[in-house]
Amino acid sequence: MIYDWSVIPRNMDVFIDGAIKTLEISLLAILIAIPIGVIFGLGRVSKNKIIRLIASIYVEVIRGVPLLVLLMWIYFVLGQYFKLGSYWGAINALAIFAGAFIAEIVRTGIQAVPKGQMEAARSLGMSHTKAMTHIILPQAFRRVLPPLASQFIMLIKDSSLVSVIAATDLTLNAKNLVATSFRSIEVWTFVALIYFIMTFSLSLIIRYFEKRLLKSEA
Amino acid sequence: MISIKNVNKSFGAHHVLTDVSLEVPKSNVVALIGPSGAGKSTLIRTINALEPIDNGEITVDGISIHDKKTDINKARLNIGFVFQSFNLFPFLTALENVTISPMKVKGLSKEAAEKRGKELLISLGLGDKFDAYPSRLSGGQQQRVAIARALAMDPQVMLFDEPTSALDPEMVTEVLDAIRKLAKDGMTMVVVTHEMGFAKEICDEIVFMAEGKIVERAAPDKFFTNPDTQRAQDFLSKVLNH
Repeated sequence: MIYDWSVIPRNMDVFIDGAIKTLEISLLAILIAIPIGVIFGLGRVSKNKIIRLIASIYVEVIRGVPLLVLLMWIYFVLGQYFKLGSYWGAINALAIFAGAFIAEIVRTGIQAVPKGQMEAARSLGMSHTKAMTHIILPQAFRRVLPPLASQFIMLIKDSSLVSVIAATDLTLNAKNLVATSFRSIEVWTFVALIYFIMTFSLSLIIRYFEKRLLKSEA
Repeated sequence: MISIKNVNKSFGAHHVLTDVSLEVPKSNVVALIGPSGAGKSTLIRTINALEPIDNGEITVDGISIHDKKTDINKARLNIGFVFQSFNLFPFLTALENVTISPMKVKGLSKEAAEKRGKELLISLGLGDKFDAYPSRLSGGQQQRVAIARALAMDPQVMLFDEPTSALDPEMVTEVLDAIRKLAKDGMTMVVVTHEMGFAKEICDEIVFMAEGKIVERAAPDKFFTNPDTQRAQDFLSKVLNH
């Protein structure tokens, strides 16, 4: 087997374009997934039974369906009724998928805050909502940073699946390049490296913020 | 100022409060004492509705605390509560702990809240701890911040639930001194405590509880020298003779 690595620099624009699309899809999906996760995470600890039930159904259903199937389902089924396109179909599917996991992370974060914190906030005249916003969630957020970081990294990796609904990303660009250049070993090796660079950079950024946040209370 | 009338509460089959009635006039200091499991903490927590009651009525400054029509958040502004385990907000500095509620609940400006917060912290001997996080403070300091935090809402009533029980012995005095000062300033207070000497010194009345009931109420001198009930005599002989 003779390797020809020149396929990489010759097609650098294809990789860069794909990497940018992957980052774009992942970032937009995260931005949508966070509010979904917080809302449903709060729903999971709500005093209202119906809200709790709705949140539980969302979490359990989404966790129980493979992302690949969810992508297909949103693209082909919801696509019948809404003009989604492969780009927004991919972003929404990723967001809905990650949202369920973030909801669980948020729930455990809230439940890990000692009960006395809510009592202290309430005894100072804060409403339940104010106590959640100003006292509980800031503490829950600090606790869930590490699992949240894992979730974001997972989402970048999962985004490679969007190529199945023909959303342009790094993986789809690589597939097309392999189809024309027949250099599968070189291309996929380089693609793996790009994914690793993206996820590892994110890891480092989050670790930095985590340290800064926790330093003050140490 | 505080009026508790025929309050009952049970957890399942276990009766934690049985027909409890108590009046605390303005500027009076009442100590709740008794063996553990007597319902002291439960009772004090019902006064600001941290703990619901099954029936009966509790009013503070004329406002019925457990009435569904009462805005409990507003009613609580008038009732400071200090916990055994401090419950400071660990991600906020001492000053921020004191200012957050005046700002978020009362809508005070940051300047006004900080001015008042600093005054309170200084008066409690914490003038050099404004920017310290709770984890950097000793237990006694944390509890004094918690007292300042409660006072920042300008309550007419202060409730203390075993404020010194979680403290190392050498830090008990500084917290008791803070409470003593409040008593001198005429604050209406209910204190659940095991500090008998303190109760005797600053309280206007001792309320002795056992098995969810108020067993005896008396002036401190009378209670500690010559209690009426056998139950109180047994309790005192256990806590005073060691």
